[in-house]
Amino acid sequence: MSENNKPRRDFIKLASMTLGGVGAASLVVPFISTMQPGKDALALASTEIDLSPIPEGQSLTVIWRGKPVFIKHRMTDEIQSAKEINLDDLIDIQDDSARVLQDKWLVVLGVCTHLGCVPLGQKTTDNKGDFGGWFCPCHGSHYDTSGRIRKGPAPKNLEVPPYVFLTDNRIKIG
Amino acid sequence: MSSNDPHGYKKTLSSPYSGVKGWIDSRLPLIRMMEAEYLKFPVPKSLNYFWSFGGIAMFCLIGLILSGIFLGMHYKPSAEDAFNSVERIMRDVQFGWLVRYLHMNLASFFFIAVYIHIFRALYFGSYKAPRELVFIFGMLMFLLMMGTAFLGYTLPWGQMSYWGATVITNLFSAIPVVGDAILLTLLGDFTVSDATVNRFYVLHWLLAFAIVGLVVFHVITLHMTGSNNPSGMEPQNWDETLSFHPYMTIKDTKAMVLFFIVVAFVLFFFPNIMGHSDNYIRANSMVTPAHIVPEWYFLPFYAILRAIPDKLGGVLAMFGSIAVLFILPWLDTSKVRSCLYRPIWRICVLLFALDFFILMYMGAKPASDIYVLISRIGTAYWFLFFLVLAPLVGYLETPRQPLTISNFLRDKKALT
Amino acid sequence: MRIFSLFILTILLNVNFAGAAGSKIDIPKYDWSWKGFFGTYDRSAAQRGLKVYKEVCSGCHSMNLIAYRNLADLGFSEQQIKAIASESLVEDGPNEDGDMFEREAIPSDRFANPYPNDNAARAANNGAYPPDLSLIVKARPKGADYIHSLLLGYKDTPTDFKVPEGMWYNKYMEGHLIAMPAPLMDGAVEYDDGTEPTLEQLSSDVTTFLAWAAEPSLEHRKRLGIKVLLFLIALFILTYISKEKIWRDIKH
Repeated sequence: MSENNKPRRDFIKLASMTLGGVGAASLVVPFISTMQPGKDALALASTEIDLSPIPEGQSLTVIWRGKPVFIKHRMTDEIQSAKEINLDDLIDIQDDSARVLQDKWLVVLGVCTHLGCVPLGQKTTDNKGDFGGWFCPCHGSHYDTSGRIRKGPAPKNLEVPPYVFLTDNRIKIG
Repeated sequence: MSSNDPHGYKKTLSSPYSGVKGWIDSRLPLIRMMEAEYLKFPVPKSLNYFWSFGGIAMFCLIGLILSGIFLGMHYKPSAEDAFNSVERIMRDVQFGWLVRYLHMNLASFFFIAVYIHIFRALYFGSYKAPRELVFIFGMLMFLLMMGTAFLGYTLPWGQMSYWGATVITNLFSAIPVVGDAILLTLLGDFTVSDATVNRFYVLHWLLAFAIVGLVVFHVITLHMTGSNNPSGMEPQNWDETLSFHPYMTIKDTKAMVLFFIVVAFVLFFFPNIMGHSDNYIRANSMVTPAHIVPEWYFLPFYAILRAIPDKLGGVLAMFGSIAVLFILPWLDTSKVRSCLYRPIWRICVLLFALDFFILMYMGAKPASDIYVLISRIGTAYWFLFFLVLAPLVGYLETPRQPLTISNFLRDKKALT
Repeated sequence: MRIFSLFILTILLNVNFAGAAGSKIDIPKYDWSWKGFFGTYDRSAAQRGLKVYKEVCSGCHSMNLIAYRNLADLGFSEQQIKAIASESLVEDGPNEDGDMFEREAIPSDRFANPYPNDNAARAANNGAYPPDLSLIVKARPKGADYIHSLLLGYKDTPTDFKVPEGMWYNKYMEGHLIAMPAPLMDGAVEYDDGTEPTLEQLSSDVTTFLAWAAEPSLEHRKRLGIKVLLFLIALFILTYISKEKIWRDIKH
C-alpha cells in the first residue's frame, strides 16, 4: 500500500510546487508591466509636423518622446555635399539616400550618439562643426549635412526616427 | 581554540553544513536559523485552521508592500494631482488597475485575517503567560495597521478620503489645551490640504515598514514560547508535536490558497464592494458628503466614538477600547487558557465577538436615537468584558481540567 | 470547527455595511451587458451613447479623464477617432509669441471641457455645478441602474409636491428635486445605425457609454479573473490532496 503511494505523493507534491511556482512567477508580469510607459505616454509616441513654415537652409526642432528631433530643410549644396563623399571616409558607413525619404528633408534625432548631449547647429548662428551639419559641444563630435559622424568620439551617425510623409508638406514621426 | 574562547562564544561559528552553504552559514547563521525556526520548529499537533491566519496575514502584508511599491512609482502626493494620478494608474498604466485594486482590497482582507487572528487569540487564550509579549507586539501591529490604513485611505483624495481625514484628525482637537496646536502640526495647514496629503504619503510608507519590523518581534517572541493550541496545554513530549515543515507549511498553504480564492473573487468581480462610491468624487473642501462612514474595519471603533455624547469622552473611549486589549494578559485571572474548558468565559468571548459585529453595524448607521442607544450598550459591554468580566470570571468560574494534547486529539476523534 | 465557520461567515457577511445605509428610494435593477462573469460592454450601444453624450450631455458636463484615443476601446478606428477629436477645439500653447491659441483636438487630448473653469460652469447653470461624468457610474451607489433611472425619472410631479423655481421633479433623485432639466426625450438624437431613438434607448445607450468611461478595464479584469480563479482552484485541489497525503500517517 505505502509502496504504491510513494510515487503518487511525489507527483502531487511536484505538481503543486510547480503550479505554485508558476503562479508566483506570473505575478511578476503585472508588477513589472506597471513600470513600462503608460498608454498616455505611448499615445504621444507619434507626432505630426507641418513642414511648410521651414524655409530652405533652416531647421526646426520638435519634441518626440521627450527627445529633440532635428528637421533640416537642406539646400542644394548641402544635399550635394552629403551625397558626393567617399563612403570609405565615414566612421559609420551609410549612404545619404538611406537616411532620407526626400532629399530636401533630413529628419534625425538630436541626440549625440556618444553620451546623449544635444548637438549645436540648429540655429544659423550656431557652430555647425567642420562638416556643416552639427557639432556636439560636450566632447567635440562633428556631424555632416546628413547627420553622419565625421570626427570625434561618437561611434554612430545621428539616429533617423521612424517617420512617413503624409503629404508633401506633412510628416508623422513615430 | 578553546584557550582564547573562554565562554565558548565562538562555537557558534561552526556550521552544521559544508561547502558554500557552510561558508555562508558560519559567517551569517541565517540558514541555520531558518532551518531551526521554519523547518524543524516543533508545533503542537492539535492546531486547527484558526492557526493559519497569522501566516495569511503576513502574506497580505507582503502583497500590500509589493503593490504599494509599484503604485508609489505612479502616485503623486499632492492635492492637485493625487486624484488624477490614481485615475491614471487605473486607466493608462499597464495593469495599473490590477495593482491598485489589489492594494485596495488586500487592505480589507488584511484586516479580515487579522480580526480572525485576534479572535483566535482571545478564544484559545493565546495572550496568557508566557505569551504576553507575543500578544502585545500583535496589538502594536494592529494599532499601526489602523494608522497605516487611515493614512492610506486619504491618499486617493476622493470625498471620503478628504472628509474621513478631516473627521479623524479633528479627534486630536479634543485634547485639552494643546489639541488645536497638535491638529495644526499634524495637518500642516488649517484644513486637510496639500501639505497634509504629502506628509500622509510619507507616513503611510513609514508605518507600513514599522509593521514589518514588528512582525519580526512578533515571530521571535512566538518562537521563544512556541504556539498555543486549542487545548491550551503545552506539549508534554515530542509525540505531541509536529515539525513545522512539511506539516504546517502544507496545511497553511492549503488555507492560504482558499483565502486567496476569496480575495481573487472579490478583486476581479466586485473590486469596489468594500469601498464607498463617494471616493470616486474628487475631494471638495466645500461640500461634505451626506453620510460619512469610515472603512468597514473602523466601524466598531467609530460606533464607540459616537456612543459617548462628550467630544473628549468619545475620543478617550475609542482609544481606550484598544488600550484595554494591551493589558488583557493581566486582566484575565484564570490559569486555564482555552475557552473549551471555561464554560462561562466562553460565552463572554462569543458575546464579545457578537458585540464587535453589532458595533460594526451601528458604526455604519446614522447617529439617530435607537442606533446610539444600541452603540452605548455595545460600548458598555466592550469595557465590561475586559475590565470586569476578565478578572471576575477568572475567580468565580470553575473551569474543567484541560486535556493534554494527546487526550484532546483522542476525544476529538471519538466525536467525529 | 463550528465556531470557525460561523465566525468567518459572519465576518464576510458584515464587511459591506457602508452600502447598507442607503436611501429609501427604490432603484430598479436593469440587465446590463457588462454584468456577470463574462460581461462585456455592448459596443454599438456605447458608440450610440457617445453620440448622445456629444450632442446632449457635453453641453454642460465635462469628461476630464477620457481622451479621444480611449475611444479605440469601443471599436472606433483611428480615422474615426481623429475625425471625432477634430470636431472639438482645445486650448494649447504658449506658442513662440507667448500666446495661448486654440486648435483642433487630436486623439491624445482629453475630451474638451464645455466651460473654462468650475465657476463658469456654476454661473451658467444657476449655481448648480454639472458634475464631471468620467466616473459618474462608479461615483453613485447603484451605479448604472441609478443613472438610467434618473434619466427616465422625470415623471409627472405628484399634486402635493412643491417644486421650487429652477428645480425639476425626478422620481429617483434623493429628495426628488434635481437642478438638471430633463435632458433626453424621444428622438433627441438621431442615430446613424437606424436604431429607434426612444427615451429608453437613448438613456440606456448613454449609460452604457458612461459605464465604460468609469471602468474601461472591466473586460480585461473579468477575463483575467476567470483565469486566476481557475488557476487558484486547481492549486487548491493539489494542495488539498498534498495535505491529506502528508498528514495521512499522523495519528489524530
